[in-house]
Amino acid sequence: MRDSVIDVAGTKLGYREAGAGATVLFLHGAAGAAWDPLLDRLSGGDRVLAPEHPGFGRGQVPDWMLSVGDVAFFYLDLMQALDLRNVHLVGHGLGGWIAAEIAIRSTARLASLALLAPAGVETREAMFDDIFAWTTEEFARRQFHDPKLAQQWQQAQAKLDIDIALQNRTALARLGWNPRMHNPQLPYWLHRIDVPTLLVWGEDDQVVPFACHKPFKREIRNAELLALPKSGHALPIERAHEVGARLAPFFQGAQG
Amino acid sequence: MKTFFFHLMPYADLDLSYTERHNSAWVTLPNSYFDPAVGQKLYARYIGELELADQLGFDGICVNEHHQTAYGLMPAPNLIAAALARSTKQAKIAILGRALPLVSNPVAVAEEFAMLDQMSGGRIITGFVRGIGTEYFASGVNPTHSHGRYYEAHELILRAWTETGPFRYHGRHYQFDYVNLWPRPLQQPHPPVWIPSQGSSETVEWCASAKRKYTYLQTFSPVKSAKKAFDLYRQVAEREGYESQPSQLGWAVPTYVAETDEIARRELKPHIEAFFNKFLHYPLEMRMPPGYSSIASTKSLLESKFAFRMMEMTAENLIELGMVVAGSAATVRERLAAYARELGVGNLIAMLQIATLPADLTEKNLRLFAKDVMPYLREQGTRAPTRPVAEAAVP
Repeated sequence: MRDSVIDVAGTKLGYREAGAGATVLFLHGAAGAAWDPLLDRLSGGDRVLAPEHPGFGRGQVPDWMLSVGDVAFFYLDLMQALDLRNVHLVGHGLGGWIAAEIAIRSTARLASLALLAPAGVETREAMFDDIFAWTTEEFARRQFHDPKLAQQWQQAQAKLDIDIALQNRTALARLGWNPRMHNPQLPYWLHRIDVPTLLVWGEDDQVVPFACHKPFKREIRNAELLALPKSGHALPIERAHEVGARLAPFFQGAQG
Repeated sequence: MKTFFFHLMPYADLDLSYTERHNSAWVTLPNSYFDPAVGQKLYARYIGELELADQLGFDGICVNEHHQTAYGLMPAPNLIAAALARSTKQAKIAILGRALPLVSNPVAVAEEFAMLDQMSGGRIITGFVRGIGTEYFASGVNPTHSHGRYYEAHELILRAWTETGPFRYHGRHYQFDYVNLWPRPLQQPHPPVWIPSQGSSETVEWCASAKRKYTYLQTFSPVKSAKKAFDLYRQVAEREGYESQPSQLGWAVPTYVAETDEIARRELKPHIEAFFNKFLHYPLEMRMPPGYSSIASTKSLLESKFAFRMMEMTAENLIELGMVVAGSAATVRERLAAYARELGVGNLIAMLQIATLPADLTEKNLRLFAKDVMPYLREQGTRAPTRPVAEAAVP
């Protein structure tokens, strides 16, 4: 596992990298960058790059970078800077939203797209609850299906540097305060996504409700849905095994 | 010292047992707790109390802005100020203040204040705030833009008041191709600007700057914090090459006068405790939305004030901390005169209606304060500024 910093058009971005093989670009969710069990699993057979979004952790964020759309262009620049090709783009929650916004702009460097309970598109029947009103305890409870894992995650969070925790929340608010964690325009552009797409969703997701898969499924050509029963939002931690087992053949099939 | 009567216009009939089912008097407390018929009575009563203060000779009366809360029923404080502009005669009308980042059109704020200034015959004092954290949940405005929008809106309003229009304003948050104020404010170059805050050093320094010389108002905090903020103001003034006047400082404090110390404490106790424990009640997440303050100030708030705010407050420890002044007229005027000397503050913003305090006790408080405290404070009053703040505030 290797940590690097790259200058992307004047902004320094930190990322973690492991494994060899096909390129997987993993975009983390609202909880912040972490090398989750899913990344361990994927890096067994592929080269996994996991950046920390601008403004999260101790990273920089230019003051003009205000929206998920800006971050999407930024990651297109990153792929160019690292000359990544045939990328399997995977995003979870907030990262799934960013991944979708990347893919509607350009799929030129993408081989496939995997959206794990992505934020970004809300439906009238399943509006998001307010992530910014949650205590850490409630955030933990809502992410996990297994209360024991929620408790473990919360204990780990309590040990985190307070600066990083506050910075992560601020970075999230910059991107997702209003409209809350979604972009009303996004559904109208999803039709542009022309690479094989896999949607993965926990049926009991208490952060991004399961029903939000519908517009993605409807608008993206040939999008497949993997619905996981008895699962919550923290798929890269709690369902690393099932998700990893499905992603490997999906990447192979999408290699082109 | 000048004395102002500050009214929050709380929903005084709030069922205080709400805390058994809800964790906030702000934003999420269902408005089924608001009885429309009670609301009508409260507005009539409160406007009457402000009018009474004008008749009793207070130097000014104050309103302010909060949203979606039982704490205060003035989401649009300029509406109350407009009613008062017609029904009052001599008192200054201070709007403390409009929450600038929450509005999408700051020019409308400049227009409304200019109208109020005209309608009141030049009696308004304007106030600019960012709004507390909960307002960002209520308004949807991104708290990470709070500072940026505040400074931009402030600049735009001051320019709208003082520059000949039309002019163009293209900022980061606000863009207007035509800014051309009709009406212009009556007070020239513009109405006085007061800035209420709980003592952020960034705010104090910004107010005290020789470019602005805005009156800085310390709200609802221990006397020690007020002292710290006022000392900083004076230091900044000195650094900027001028001597600050007591009239550039204001202190907001709940105040209660009764026949004796014992009666005052007994009558005030349930209401002041309701104020701090029930009306000022919100979860930390709502009080401090991400990005509303810098990481450093958020951390210092988490470490100090909230440890302190999280405990149940009693009337006794509030009085001890100097967060409330209560007693007989003699006690109150001695206390206030001592604080005035200690703090070097020229404006007392007395909150004389407090949370659930009923109409009869509020009126008694107002009358006793006006008769037996106010004249004494005026005599004790600190030196007047050499020139009015408004004249010094040309940007």
